Amino acid sequence: MAELTFQDIVKEENLVYKKTSLLTDKALSYCPGCGHGTAHRILMEVIDEMGYQDKTVGVAPVGCSVLAYEFMNIDMQQAAHGRAPALGTAIKRIMPNHFVFTYQGDGDLAAIGTAETIHAINRGENILIVFINNGIYGMTGGQMAPTTLPNMKASTCPFGRDVSIMGNPLRITELIANLPGAYYVTRQAVHTPNNVRKAKKALKKAFEYQMNVKKGTCFVEIVSNCNSGWKMTPVQANKWMEDNMFPYYPLGDIKVPE
Amino acid sequence: MAKELRLMKGNEAIAEAAIRAGADAYFGYPITPQSEVLEYLMGEKPYEKTGMVVLQAESEVAAINMVYGGASCGRKVMTSSSSPGISLKQEGISYMAGAELPGLILNVVRGGPGLGTIQPSQSDYNQAVKGGGHGDYKLVVLAPASVQEMYDFVEKGFELSFKYRTPTMILSDGVIGQMMEKVELSEYKPRWTHEEVVKMHPWATTGKTADRERNIITSLNLQSDVQEEHNLKLQAKYKKMEEDVMFEEVMCDDAEYLFVAFGSSARICQKAIQNAREKGIKVGLLRPITLSPFPSVIIRKYADKVKGMLSVEMNAGQMVHDIKLAVEGKTKVEYYGRMGGIIPIPSDIVKALETKLIGG
Repeated sequence: MAELTFQDIVKEENLVYKKTSLLTDKALSYCPGCGHGTAHRILMEVIDEMGYQDKTVGVAPVGCSVLAYEFMNIDMQQAAHGRAPALGTAIKRIMPNHFVFTYQGDGDLAAIGTAETIHAINRGENILIVFINNGIYGMTGGQMAPTTLPNMKASTCPFGRDVSIMGNPLRITELIANLPGAYYVTRQAVHTPNNVRKAKKALKKAFEYQMNVKKGTCFVEIVSNCNSGWKMTPVQANKWMEDNMFPYYPLGDIKVPE
Repeated sequence: MAKELRLMKGNEAIAEAAIRAGADAYFGYPITPQSEVLEYLMGEKPYEKTGMVVLQAESEVAAINMVYGGASCGRKVMTSSSSPGISLKQEGISYMAGAELPGLILNVVRGGPGLGTIQPSQSDYNQAVKGGGHGDYKLVVLAPASVQEMYDFVEKGFELSFKYRTPTMILSDGVIGQMMEKVELSEYKPRWTHEEVVKMHPWATTGKTADRERNIITSLNLQSDVQEEHNLKLQAKYKKMEEDVMFEEVMCDDAEYLFVAFGSSARICQKAIQNAREKGIKVGLLRPITLSPFPSVIIRKYADKVKGMLSVEMNAGQMVHDIKLAVEGKTKVEYYGRMGGIIPIPSDIVKALETKLIGG
C-alpha cells in the first residue's frame, strides 16, 4: 500500500475550515496557548473576506507581536514602542481610502504610548486600534504592565502588585470610550469558539465603520492570556483569565454608535 | 515668466517651499523659534489646494512618528522643531534611519543644554551630524545661510532623502529662521499621485497587490549577522553620500587664512573677511553647505595652501573637531565662538584670527 499523503487525507470537499491566505506560512513565534495567533487570524480573515489586502496597511507594535508582520500577509510598518497610533494617523490621512489598523499590547498602548493612544482617538482618527490586554509585558519576560491586576505577580512585582506603591491597573478602554473621537469601543476575548466568533464580528463592524461610516476611531480590546508570563498551563491561564481578568475587564460593548 | 519674489521669514520660506515642492504632509508641534512654520501652513490651508496634510501633533514624539508613518507610504513628509523638541524626535529619527526612510526634519537651533535659551545657536551640530539618536547612522544635513537657502533646501532635502532613503535634516538657527529676506519662489510642483508613488517607490507600504510580495517597514533584525549586514549596507550608503557634498568658497583663491563656518556664522564671516582684508589680512571663507557629508576633501586641499584655519561657530567648538580630522595636522586649526544665544560680531572674529592664528 502506498504511503498516504497530506492530499489523500485533507480533501477540498472535506474541508470545513482553512487558513486564510492573508496569514503567511511562517510558524507563529507565540507560545502555545497564547491568544495572539487567534487574534491575528480573525483580523486577517476579516480583511480577506472584505477583499482589502491591496488597500490595507497595518502597524505592528513593540512587544510579543513586534513580528506580526512576519505572519500577516499585508503591507505593514513596525512602530517604535507606543507610537503606532501616530503612524496610523499619518497613513490614514495620506491614504484616506486605505484600511489602517494598529495592533498593540498593554504596555505599548496603555503605558509608553498613552499620549499617542488618547490623542489619536480624541482626534477621531479613522483607524482601527486592536488592543491585546494580557496584563503583563510578555516579550521582555513578564514584567508588571499598566493593566496588571492588584496582587497579581510579575517579575517586577514578585510579591504581587501592591496598588498602594505601584498604582492601580489602568482601564484605558473605559477611559478612551469617553473621548468624542471614539466611535466604537468594545472588549472581547478569543479563548473559546464563541468568543472568537464575537470578536471577529466586532472586528468586522470596525472594518465597516472605518471604510463606510468614517466617523472616528474604532477600538477593539481583546482580553487575552499569557501563560508563560503568568506561569500557568494554557488551560489554567484561560481559567485564571475568566476568574480574574474578566471581572476587572468585563467583556462587551463599551461604546456603540447611536 | 517674471520671477516671483517675496519678502519672507526663514521659517515661512520653509513652509511655502513645502507646499510648492509637492510635499504630502507636515506634522509639527509649537516651539520657539520655529512656530511660524506650522502657523504659516495652517494659514495657507494647503490641504484645500494641493491636498497636503497639515497636522498639529500632541508632541514632537508623535510628530516624528507621523513622519515615519507617512514616509513609509513613500510620500514626501516633513516636520520641524527647535533643539529641545529635536531631542525628543531622536528616537523616531533613529528608527527612520534604521528602516531606511526618507523624510525632512527642520531644526531651527536655539541655545542649550536643557531648556536653554530661545536665542539662536549652532550647538546641535554634533547631534545633527553624528547621528543624534541611538545606533550607527547618519543623516544628510544641510546648513542654510540665507532665507533663500531655507526655501531651496526643502526640495533639495527631499531629493537627497529619497535618493539615499535616509532622513535629511535642515540645520538652521534662530537667526535664519526669524530674519526676513527676499526669496525667489519656484513653480508649484504637483504632488505625486498614488500610482506614481507605487511605481517610484516599490518598497513603500501602499497596499499589497497580487504582483508583489508584501512590503515591510521595520528597523528590527533579531539576528546579529543580519543586523551587521544591514549596518554594513547603511555605512556603504553613507559613504556614497559623499558624492553629494556641497560647499561654498568665498575669496579663497589668494587666501593665507581660512574661516570655516556654516549658517549664520558664515554670513558674519563674510563681513569679517572685508574687515580683515581692509587691514591687509588675506582671509577667505570655506562654508560647508552639507555638514553631513562633511566637505573634508576640500578642507584637506586647503590645508596644504593656508597658514591656518579658524572655525567660527555659535557653540563651544563642535565642527572644529571635524576640520581637525580633515586637515590631518597639516595646518593650524583654531576655534572662535559664542554660546548662550549670543551672535559673534565681525570685529571679534578678526581679533580671534589675529590672536589665535596670525600672532599665535
